[in-house]
Amino acid sequence: MTEPVMLTVNGIDYRVNVDMGRNLLSVLRNELGLTGTKEGCDDSECGACMVLLDGQPVNSCSYLALQAQGRSVTTVEGLTPADGLHPLQRSLLEQGGVQCGFCTPGIIMSARALLDRNPSPSEEEIRIGLSGNLCRCTGYAKILAAVAQTASDG
Amino acid sequence: MSFMIAGSLEEALTALAAGARPVAGGTDLVVGARQGKAPLPTSLVAIDRLAELTQIEPTDGGIRIGASVTHARLLTDPTIVSDYTALADAAALVGSPSTRNVGTLGGNVMNASPAMDTGAPLMVLGAVAEVQSERGSRTVDLSDLWTGPGQTSAKVDELCVAIDLPSRPARSGSAYVRLEYRRAMEIAVVGAAASVTLADDGTISDGSVALSAVAPTIIEVDGVAELMAGHLPDAVGAAIAAAVAEAAEPISDLRASDSYRRHTVGVMAARAVDAAARRAAGEEISVPVNRAIGVGASR
Repeated sequence: MTEPVMLTVNGIDYRVNVDMGRNLLSVLRNELGLTGTKEGCDDSECGACMVLLDGQPVNSCSYLALQAQGRSVTTVEGLTPADGLHPLQRSLLEQGGVQCGFCTPGIIMSARALLDRNPSPSEEEIRIGLSGNLCRCTGYAKILAAVAQTASDG
Repeated sequence: MSFMIAGSLEEALTALAAGARPVAGGTDLVVGARQGKAPLPTSLVAIDRLAELTQIEPTDGGIRIGASVTHARLLTDPTIVSDYTALADAAALVGSPSTRNVGTLGGNVMNASPAMDTGAPLMVLGAVAEVQSERGSRTVDLSDLWTGPGQTSAKVDELCVAIDLPSRPARSGSAYVRLEYRRAMEIAVVGAAASVTLADDGTISDGSVALSAVAPTIIEVDGVAELMAGHLPDAVGAAIAAAVAEAAEPISDLRASDSYRRHTVGVMAARAVDAAARRAAGEEISVPVNRAIGVGASR
């Protein structure tokens, strides 16, 4: 059964028809064209699909799109200013925390939620904040450094 | 197929009576469906926004935690952290921040995994589940609720609405320790929760131990109070480990062999008793114990 539903994504209201079993990830990517959010494991293990739901990181692959009604969804597209980069994006580039880039949008969303809640996290707090995000390219040192740099840049 | 976001508990119970299944965070239900473990139910009612289910409130004899309270909230709630610390230890280990933001205590309890992290803490803290349907409300001891892996004694139209915990005795502490191979997105290899109450002379006056991932359900170990009573916490570790290994009925699977589980669950139980006793004596051990004292996976 398909239901018409209103989803608020990056501050924009979208009216879409959604099957009950459809996850938020596939609606974002295939109905709204917001392909910054990635499908990695499709098993809620890797965090490539991380979006913010009312400001909190959530794995969009295991979240039903219909449950997002009335909530505010933020994807990586919603963080990036029209001209230039978000500070987290710039820090990741400067620190060399991006190789293939597939995990990067999810990492940015987790880091953004962490810094919103805790503007000066310790290294341990950054590790916990990013503990739901897997990267198979870089190792994590440069990613941690990028988040720490963003925090110290304020 | 139908989907409804319940606006009230009554609406949710009516939907359940008509055959709908509840969904809160979806971290078990949706992932399970996508893995092919069980198809998504054809009729769902979302219960995560019901104000009645998202409160942590004091009661005459303790505290009542709404079933839709998230793990993220449990691990930061001041009362849970100070008085029901083992539950905060467990909530802090569940999944990752994103899992904890939407995953709920009621979901963890009713999913009835024998490896669930919150179950052993709830048992040693003396929790009971409140289940409700259109037919009425009842409380169920957790030992009667969990009947097997993924199985509960709740009827199909019954919703877990809250977990009730009794108030804590003076000079008591609790802790949950998990053996893990990695620090996030992990399922307990084994786990143990302990509650310890100290007498004025520093010996143990009462206590209990419950175990994760070593039986078809979470189990409480018989005879622990008698084993510990009158002894100093330092002196009971070996006896606890032996009693726990005896009580465990582990299986072998991809995470561990049965003999490894039987041994390590004893080690985890002794550590949980130690941490619970130190907390009972007033020592601050931060949540979760795994990180505070370096148990489980290192970096």
